[in-house]
Amino acid sequence: MKILVAVKRVVDHNVRIRVRPDGTGVETSGVRMSINPFCKHAVEAAVQLGEKGEASEIVVVSIGPKQSNDVILTALAMGAHRGLLIETDAALETLVIAKLLAKVVEEEQPDLVLLGKQAVDDDSNHVGQMLAALTNRPQATFASGIVVKGAELEVTREVDYGRETIAVPLPAVVTADLRLNTPRNAALPMVMKARSKPLAVRPATEFGIDLASRLTIEKISPPTERLAGKTVASVSEFAAAIAAQVNEMEAL
Amino acid sequence: MSVLLLADHDKGELSPSTARLVAAVSAFGPIDVMVVADNPDAIAANAAALAGVSKVLTVTAQNTSESVTNALLSAAGRYQYVIASAASVGKDVVPRLAAALDIQPVTDIIEIHGPSRFTRPIYAGNALETVVDPQPKHLLTFRASAFRPAASDNAAPVEKLDISIASAARFLAAHRTDSDTPDLATAQIVIGGGVSVGSAEGFRLIEKLGKTLGAAVGATRAAVDAGYAPNDWQIGQTGKIIAPDLYIAIGISGALQHLAGIQGAKTIFAINTDPEAPLVKIADVALIGDLFEILPQLTAELEKLGLNR
Ligand SMILES: Cc1cc2nc3c(=O)[nH]c(=O)nc-3n(C[C@H](O)[C@H](O)[C@H](O)COP(=O)(O)OP(=O)(O)OC[C@H]3O[C@@H](n4cnc5c(N)ncnc54)[C@H](O)[C@@H]3O)c2cc1C
Ligand SMILES: Nc1ncnc2c1ncn2[C@@H]1O[C@H](COP(=O)(O)O)[C@@H](O)[C@H]1O
Repeated sequence: MKILVAVKRVVDHNVRIRVRPDGTGVETSGVRMSINPFCKHAVEAAVQLGEKGEASEIVVVSIGPKQSNDVILTALAMGAHRGLLIETDAALETLVIAKLLAKVVEEEQPDLVLLGKQAVDDDSNHVGQMLAALTNRPQATFASGIVVKGAELEVTREVDYGRETIAVPLPAVVTADLRLNTPRNAALPMVMKARSKPLAVRPATEFGIDLASRLTIEKISPPTERLAGKTVASVSEFAAAIAAQVNEMEAL
Repeated sequence: MSVLLLADHDKGELSPSTARLVAAVSAFGPIDVMVVADNPDAIAANAAALAGVSKVLTVTAQNTSESVTNALLSAAGRYQYVIASAASVGKDVVPRLAAALDIQPVTDIIEIHGPSRFTRPIYAGNALETVVDPQPKHLLTFRASAFRPAASDNAAPVEKLDISIASAARFLAAHRTDSDTPDLATAQIVIGGGVSVGSAEGFRLIEKLGKTLGAAVGATRAAVDAGYAPNDWQIGQTGKIIAPDLYIAIGISGALQHLAGIQGAKTIFAINTDPEAPLVKIADVALIGDLFEILPQLTAELEKLGLNR
């Protein structure tokens, strides 16, 4: 099968972000950027399917500024075969991203599209589900297990009550959760080799999609800060403080 | 203005989050609640009792994302708002429905400022985004934990929708953790355990304290990954978002992805060997020490105080 993996470049998940004092957004200049962690799990899932002989070709796509090349290279170094950067400096809404990806699906005709379940910058958790709707494919979101069964996938999903297993016929869209696998760190030779793999760059304006935003972001503000309280010296004091809290609680 | 609200349910019962959503959005207009389930009747009866509900619509179908999306799609044309909770079904379904209707959704809302102005957290809650949604139809998900529940004194009519729902995906099996602890996402008291709890047996100490306080039990991702706690206990950016009156964090460092799940907690208590742990730094009350020594004593003290709720 042919697999398309969508990867996003985001502020590295270990960076403690800073909200700009003027409320216009989060400071991203001079901040370390990386592949979105969930996307890394999606790439790993694709590469593992390749190693099992289930996948014959893995294409990675990223939408964003020129520097998004870096996250495509990360995926190529992990084992994907070729890359596509849809270049734009604009901050696109998830519906626009999904529409651009739907165009890529139309061109590439992958049997499986793998995405991360959410991008850890906007925490939207939209694009996979939107892409499934736009391409009229079944979806299996929040995947922690993927098994190929002929022309179907059996996907285990992480849900509120625990886990569930569903069957989705191919072609399908699957979004990766962190427990799906342990992503590899590409060894240096693979990183070198990635640079010689094909990587096409096309402007986002080329796809005939209206890139305008529907929503207006009025402001970005920092959350209210929590201040340190007190440290108690004994278990009995701690128990008494709990008891005081519990007695104060309004009954629901 | 009118609202179509998707009911959350589990094991044939309405989830506590639905009452919270009904209360949160009642200012938007009359609310019709849709129940999509194999056996929707008992769930529908619970939903019909919620104050603010005008009608309950039932659809008999398997709970796959396509069937729920298609059920909502069949009715969505008549409403200005289509709303679900930001739980696993709402997260799965609302973006799919939104794309089918060519609407940009606003999800994970924690604050409502007006009919089309909302605040949602981004960057694991380290920033708050206030957005205005000028689209004629609004597709929204809300974090139930951020809102208070509606009363149960209503008797809205229940209407069965006779539609057949297609889904290419098939449900095969549920793997659930059976536990009698309260619903984590809406509990008033939550006890969380970290990877330092050390084992599934260690988590029994946490559960025991939970029982004493009538609390729900949660865990860090590290504790879940280590196999000490089931995945549905995970609290954080990629787990459940909680907003209890009291959160007691035991042996939890306070990584920002964990803190993302507890920002709505009214008070935070912490037990940790490390006074410099980020969670201790934001706790209202902290106790520095070894959880294995503290927990049995603490449970015994609280039992003595007779807090059995
Ligand atoms: C994309 C992404 C998403 C994530 N999502 C989540 C999420 O949703 N939820 C989540 O929790 N994490 C999440 N994580 C993981 C997170 O970054 C941390 O790794 C995790 O929260 C740490 O868990 P912990 O506090 O149990 O362990 P540690 O960070 O190892 O902390 C253990 C703590 O226990 C204390 N301790 C040790 N021994 C004792 C003792 N005997 N008594 C008392 N205290 C003791 C230590 O001082 C320390 O503070 C995510 C990570 C990524 C990359
Ligand atoms: N700009 C982008 N380029 C490529 N893939 C993206 C982009 N934005 C989102 N995605 C994909 O969609 C997933 C979910 O993102 P989101 O819906 O934005 O939380 C990500 O993990 C990616 O796989």
